[in-house]
Amino acid sequence: MGTRGHRGDGLIRLVLAPSIWATHFLACYAAVAIVCAKVAGRTGTIAGARPWLLGLTAIALAAIGWIGLQGWRAHRHGGGRLPHDEDTPADRRRFLGLATFLLATLSAVAIAYTTLAIVLAGSCR
Amino acid sequence: MSGPRTARDVEPLAEAPPEALQRAQARRLLAAWETPRGLRYWSAVNNTEVGVWYTATAFAFFLFAGLLALAMRLQLALPENDLLDADLYNQVFTLHGTVMMFLFAVPIFEALSILLLPQFLGARDLPFPRLSAYGYWSFLIGGVFVCGSLFFGVAPRGGWFMYPPLTTQFDDGVGADIWLLGLSFIEVASIAAAVELIVGVLKTRPPGMRLNLVPLYAWYVLVVAAMILFAFPPLIAGDLLFELERTLDWPFFDATRGGDPLLWQHLFWIFGHPEVYIVFLPSVALVAMIVPTFAQRPIVGYGWIVLAAVGTGFLSFGLWVHHMFTTGLPAISLGLFAAASEAVAIPTGVQIFCFLATLLAGRVVRTASLLFAVGGLATFVIGGLTGVMVALAPFDLQAHDTFFVVGHLHYVLIGGAVFPTIAGIYYYFPLVRRRMLSERLGRVAFWLAFAGFHLTFFPMHFSGLLGMPRRVFTYPAGLGIDLPNLLSTIGAFVLAAGIGLVALDVLRRFRRGPPAPRNPWKAGTLEWLAETVNVPWGVRSIPEIDGRYPLWDQPNLVRDVDEGRFFLPDAEEGKRETIVTSVIDARPIQCLRLPGNSFLPLLAAVFTGGVFILATFHLWWPALISAALAFCFVIAWLWTGTSPTPEKETKDVGLGLRLPLHVSGRDSVGWWATFITMLGDTAAFLSLVFGWFFYWTVHERFPPADARGPGLLWPATGAALLLAAWVLTMAARRCNRRDATAAFHASLCGGAALAVAGSAALLAGPIEAGMDPTAHVHPAIVFVLVIWTVFHVGLGVVMQLYCCARRVAGRLTARLDTDLAVTTLYWHFLALTVVVTVGVIAGFPLASG
Repeated sequence: MGTRGHRGDGLIRLVLAPSIWATHFLACYAAVAIVCAKVAGRTGTIAGARPWLLGLTAIALAAIGWIGLQGWRAHRHGGGRLPHDEDTPADRRRFLGLATFLLATLSAVAIAYTTLAIVLAGSCR
Repeated sequence: MSGPRTARDVEPLAEAPPEALQRAQARRLLAAWETPRGLRYWSAVNNTEVGVWYTATAFAFFLFAGLLALAMRLQLALPENDLLDADLYNQVFTLHGTVMMFLFAVPIFEALSILLLPQFLGARDLPFPRLSAYGYWSFLIGGVFVCGSLFFGVAPRGGWFMYPPLTTQFDDGVGADIWLLGLSFIEVASIAAAVELIVGVLKTRPPGMRLNLVPLYAWYVLVVAAMILFAFPPLIAGDLLFELERTLDWPFFDATRGGDPLLWQHLFWIFGHPEVYIVFLPSVALVAMIVPTFAQRPIVGYGWIVLAAVGTGFLSFGLWVHHMFTTGLPAISLGLFAAASEAVAIPTGVQIFCFLATLLAGRVVRTASLLFAVGGLATFVIGGLTGVMVALAPFDLQAHDTFFVVGHLHYVLIGGAVFPTIAGIYYYFPLVRRRMLSERLGRVAFWLAFAGFHLTFFPMHFSGLLGMPRRVFTYPAGLGIDLPNLLSTIGAFVLAAGIGLVALDVLRRFRRGPPAPRNPWKAGTLEWLAETVNVPWGVRSIPEIDGRYPLWDQPNLVRDVDEGRFFLPDAEEGKRETIVTSVIDARPIQCLRLPGNSFLPLLAAVFTGGVFILATFHLWWPALISAALAFCFVIAWLWTGTSPTPEKETKDVGLGLRLPLHVSGRDSVGWWATFITMLGDTAAFLSLVFGWFFYWTVHERFPPADARGPGLLWPATGAALLLAAWVLTMAARRCNRRDATAAFHASLCGGAALAVAGSAALLAGPIEAGMDPTAHVHPAIVFVLVIWTVFHVGLGVVMQLYCCARRVAGRLTARLDTDLAVTTLYWHFLALTVVVTVGVIAGFPLASG
């Protein structure tokens, strides 16, 4: 009834993409820390873990792409135009869509940065 | 549950109410909101009073820490100077950093937000005014305690990040304890403020202020408060471990007994790096309010700024290791954190481009406020660029712990936080004190501060690159750093002159001076509804909002608000009230009764402070008595102030809208506050769990092969009993709804008994196994996790018994069940804590063999 259906849903969708970045980042950090400490040793590399982490990256990027697409669609819904500042639920939805899309883009870029480190650097020293 | 009851787009009353009625309404509002006089003034909890005290106190600490900086600069002006000896210099720089970060930068955000947020939102006050007051008094007591230590020569002297083992093994004084306990106390107050502000932004917006119409300041407040909620708990967890090591010799950071000093660095910087953005974002938020006003147009790229705020909030949690590049972590770990450190420049840059675009697209009115805002941003950009440099691990290896870093961080913090805050002071002084500050003095102050700042901190990059380390009390002549240091000292005094002018002007106009016109800057946002005389009620009536700049977009808004044509123009019952709305579209769902003035928050803060201060000097019995008194005052405050029984179901708030006076469960602000608090609490708990796994990674085997563990029997028994107590608590809620009083009391009391038994069983694990927490870090971390859980179970039992008492007293009924809803929610989190604790201390060693 009324508020229950979409209470906070828009806000949760908004932070979903950066949350995926955070999860991916923590997973990479934990993985390389454990590989260096327990498996490869301080003179080794993370080469063994790399395919797994790249797989994780692919999944994360796919999920973020999907969220970003949803956001983009919401932003374009019904031909609304920027700056989405009308006092209607439709414009509020478009605004949240735009913000979701932008955050998804930023999260994807940040994941790409993380992945660069995984690909280019691998030493446990 | 209660649904929304309003049609969209309510129009104000077509006709103004008769003048006699308007006067009577204003009289009743004044009676409800009047600020007490005389000694009772200090019982005030209204945001208009607490916010001013908070801001003034934070500013006073800022000036104090500024004087410490001048003392340091005098000492460093010449080589081999002997103005301050090494020990005093250590105390001065430690206190300078500590006070600036913990007693100015974060509190000034809380202070300005408590002061201004209700105005931005057209609310009468934030939802928990007494919590704000409690937070303020805690801040004042803790701050005076920490600063005062300098005058007894016992101030902390280990640097503002207190690295062990320096501070655990080579520092006998009480300085480190003052730092740990004084600041833990203030951190708790910060978390209280964060909870208040999050609930404020989500639930007390005016009707119609949908998420796409929220003033940008409120977006930033939401992000920053959420960051505080997850950044401060790791530090509180670290403080706990640290103090246990100093007081009881539990070896968390002692490598000889299995501990690791690096754990402190992790916990400190998981707090410390987000902290930089916790300091920076609120100041940018002020700029986001100031720039559109002086550009005379709406902000360009509202959605992009929201992206920047939320994005920075997230990414800032992925940077902490860049403070630890030189600690010998694996190169790949450094790479990950360097990458994230570069990525955060993107959202940070986006908002600056939005401000520039707004200024370029508008017709700019030049004021002292805008000068400070723009000068601050320019300075911040330079600090950001050197930030990109030190984010690269190879460069950082050279620059680490030199004056280069000192220069960098002051560009970021003074450019990003101090100058914009001064811009905010010039901008909002007319709103808060109804008088204008001097434009002419303001410009002089700006140029002095701006020139002085760059003269102070720019040469530091060079002295740093030439090899001058941070935190040395003197240096020999002839290293090429004499001139940069002398310039820095001269600059520091010019900067101080600028800041001093601002302070003088504020003092001069605080009580007297020409009155400011209404909305002197012709701004478009809601806070400028403020009337020209100081009235304590916030807004005369709570408007319906149709746009981002209501004063520009909605014709006659000021008149309609003033004449009481909108919501809640009256206080018929003589109670303090404001409107609670839904999170997404701000539909009115409740008329919230706010608690009035009271000395209880002050008393509770005094005795909570007593616990921390007395514990610093190991006065255990007085500390315990103080804790008991604090507990009694908190219970008295809750009992008399929260969940009042309304005299009727609903209330007519005007314009044909009737709202319930009480809502329960997920619609109530109390439920939200508990949920948010428990998120923070869980973050602290998970930091301790992180500690366990950190030790697991640094040891060949953890727990060590020969270690005695708590076994499986006692922890599993404890978990079973505690989970049963959780189930009974949930059952009590059902019984309460069915009005089955006997079953309700039986479930809750049974739950409490099981909880006590479960705690005993949890404690029995390590005790029966004869684990000695001073012998090795493994028993120490097991004990910490168990004690943390048992302490929380204790609070859970208090809440269960409190609900029983409320029910007996008739203050908790089948319908008015917020207390019970909150207790149940708390127990959900408690169940999670129990499962994780037992899983870690008993399950993990079993699973990993």
